[in-house]
Amino acid sequence: MLLDKLTAHLEEVKEYEREPVPASRWRGFKSFLGMYAGEHTAGTEFVIGPLFVAHGAGAMDLISGLFLGNLLAVLSWAFICAPIAVRERVTLYFMLEKICGKHLTNAYNLVNALMFCFLAGSMIAVSATAIGIPFNLPMAKLTDWLPSGLPWIMIVVLVGTVTTFVATLGYDKVEKFSTMAAPWMILVFLAAAIAVLPQLGVNQWSDFLQVAQNKIWTGTPLPGQSKFTFWHILFFAWFCNMAMHIGMADMSILRYAKKWTAGFASGAGMYVGHYIAWLASGILYALFLQQNSQNLEFAPGPVAYSAAGITGAICVIIAGWTTANPTIYRAGLALQAIMPKAKTWKITLIVGSITTLAACFPALVMQLLDFVALYGLILMPMGSIIFIDYWLFPRIGLHSNLAALKNLNVNMAAFITWAGSLFACYIIAKTTGLEIFFLGLPGWFIASILYILSSYIFQKKD
Amino acid sequence: MRIILKSIAVIGLLLTILPSIGVFYELLSHQEYKYFMLLGTILWFGSSILLKGK
Repeated sequence: MLLDKLTAHLEEVKEYEREPVPASRWRGFKSFLGMYAGEHTAGTEFVIGPLFVAHGAGAMDLISGLFLGNLLAVLSWAFICAPIAVRERVTLYFMLEKICGKHLTNAYNLVNALMFCFLAGSMIAVSATAIGIPFNLPMAKLTDWLPSGLPWIMIVVLVGTVTTFVATLGYDKVEKFSTMAAPWMILVFLAAAIAVLPQLGVNQWSDFLQVAQNKIWTGTPLPGQSKFTFWHILFFAWFCNMAMHIGMADMSILRYAKKWTAGFASGAGMYVGHYIAWLASGILYALFLQQNSQNLEFAPGPVAYSAAGITGAICVIIAGWTTANPTIYRAGLALQAIMPKAKTWKITLIVGSITTLAACFPALVMQLLDFVALYGLILMPMGSIIFIDYWLFPRIGLHSNLAALKNLNVNMAAFITWAGSLFACYIIAKTTGLEIFFLGLPGWFIASILYILSSYIFQKKD
Repeated sequence: MRIILKSIAVIGLLLTILPSIGVFYELLSHQEYKYFMLLGTILWFGSSILLKGK
């Protein structure tokens, strides 16, 4: 009976993968505030904040770099992604199909889905570090890549199964879950950081800056970690969600918005999650390092448990879920575009299984900063293609949505842009030594120029 | 009923954040702060779930 009811519900889950979202399903600004705050006050925050400490970020570099980087990210959502999302109201994948052609979109979707699986996997791993506390589970170190043993794998599989189940129920369930947890979660981050400040030597608020510089963000990286400057922090804050804003992946979410200004709702995620929560989790990790000198163990669960007790551990679990859920959902949409006839929930189930497998490897968590930067960089050129195709082409006499217009499976101009811009980024990195965090900006301009030039050549030839 | 549930939810959030300030000003021990936070968590999620159901 229950199974029949559940199956019937799953059959009804409809996400408008290949049609514009009808007006009856549009949502107001407030709905996106909750979603963004929930999604970006999440499991990654328990990893990224501490990794800034591990990479020797300076206190003032962090405070100012995060402020400006997050501002640039919000502006990218509001002025690049949201306007196209609310005009077209289709998923990123459907939009790409019209511009790039079915086969190229399929290739993009596969890469995209895989990246989303890895990201969601890292969040399942973060949740698992909290679930493992009662079992005295040995935690991975900053330098670890492989699973620590069978108990770790069992816990990851348990967390992955539950997360996947929630994701199969569709976007509504994910949104409700995120909205409910978001305000509580940020207060837990904040409370845990405030409560441990006296242990770090902050006895009055005026002590904070001095302690921050001397004991938390000291400017000295941990052994084996590279040094982060103001510019690393600014560009990381701007580009860590590059796939979502400049890369246009959030078209799939913002197409539900009544107005383009819903893009500004991302500010809730940036300044609560990517500012307060990153600072707070950095404070917790600094205390952990102070209490466990020379210990390179890196596990958000025990760190939060030590600072906030059972609530801290619950927060890590839920934080992991609120990131993993929408990410699995997005990965499901990416694969759905390749197999449009398959049911959404079945696709999500496949995605959840890959995600859970990936989550078994701690390398995903330990190398999260580099992974997040790489994932944004690989997906970014397609965002540039959509932006140029939508806004510039009608004004310079080139055809938009060429693949739909000419019934192409591969728009060669888009293929050259994607492959060419990534190759150019690789060459820049190799020849100049520029780190991956900085490649997104030149990469976007290279992709834009390549797309205009190659489209001009191919369209004029026809 | 909704007003009562909303009030409980707000109390839950206050119990999540305020005890940490109590620890900072040495008004509460770490253990007391953790108990209050857990109580706040239970109140927040309990009332939020009931509110969603209404």
